[in-house]
Amino acid sequence: MSTIEISCVEIWREISNYLDGEISLELRTRMQAHFEVCEHCTAVLDGTRNVVQLVGDGSIFPMPEGFSERLYKKLHDRLSS
Amino acid sequence: MAQPQLESNEADLIRRVCGGEPQAFEELVRPYERLVYATAISILRNPADAEEVAQEAVLKAFSKLSSFRGESKFSTWLVQIAYNEARMKLRKDRQHLYESLDSEQQDQDGEYWPKDFADWRPIPSELLENKELHEALQNGINSLGPMYREIVILRDVQKLSLKDTAAVLGIPEGSVKTRLHRARLQLRDFLAPGFDGSWSSGHSYRKVRAW
Repeated sequence: MSTIEISCVEIWREISNYLDGEISLELRTRMQAHFEVCEHCTAVLDGTRNVVQLVGDGSIFPMPEGFSERLYKKLHDRLSS
Repeated sequence: MAQPQLESNEADLIRRVCGGEPQAFEELVRPYERLVYATAISILRNPADAEEVAQEAVLKAFSKLSSFRGESKFSTWLVQIAYNEARMKLRKDRQHLYESLDSEQQDQDGEYWPKDFADWRPIPSELLENKELHEALQNGINSLGPMYREIVILRDVQKLSLKDTAAVLGIPEGSVKTRLHRARLQLRDFLAPGFDGSWSSGHSYRKVRAW
C-alpha cells in the first residue's frame, strides 16, 4: 500500500509533535516516507532533535552558588518567627 | 512503581506540615528547588531576581499549603506559584517602562518556517559539558520571546509533561504544542552554525538554503 505524499511545509508544522510522539500512526508513516527522500526535512528533523537533546541534557541555568543554603535559611527564619 | 510511592510520601509530608510539623516542608520542597528556580529565571532572565522570586514562592507555598487540595501534583502547584510570582515581579519592574507583558506576549503570531537546512552532525557527547556550548544555549533560549522561553524551560529543560505545562501556564495543551514547536525551530536556527561555527572541530559550517 502506498502512502499519501506529504509536503515539506506540512512536515515542518509537525516536526515537534513527531519528536514527542504526539501524532497519529498514519501521519508518522507518511512523515517517515518523506524523510527517506527529502534531505532538507531530514536536516530540520535531526537539528531539532539535537536541540531538544542539548537543552535537556545538563544544567543550562545552574542555580547560583549557595542557593539552597539561603533558601532554607529563609524558610527556617520563617518557621522560627 | 516509584511514582505512586513518591506521591504518597508527598501526601504524608503535606499532612505532617499541616498537622503542626513545619520542618517537614523542607523535605517536601527540596526535590523541586531547581524547578522553581528554572521557572523564575525563564521569566526574569536574571539570576538574582530569579533567586529572590524562588524564595518568595517557596515561602508563599508554605503559608498556603493548607489550601492545597491535591487536585494537581504538588510540583505543578508549586511551579504555578513561582510562575505567578515571577510574572508579578516582571510586571512591577516594568511599570515605569510603559511596556506591558501582554503586548510582548502577542508579538510573534503566525507560522514559523525553518530558515536554514544545514545538516547537523550528531553532537559529540564530550561537547555537552562545554562551557561555551552552555553559553550558546543560554543565549539561544534568552533570544526567544517570553512565551516561547517559558515553554522550552518547562517542557524541554525541566521535562514537565504536556499536561503539567498546560496546567502551570493556564493554557490549552494545543497551545503548548504550537509554542513548543516554534520555540524549538527558532532555537535550531539560532544554534545551527554551532557555537564556534561548527559542531565538531575540523569542519567548517556551511549554510544551506532550500531555495
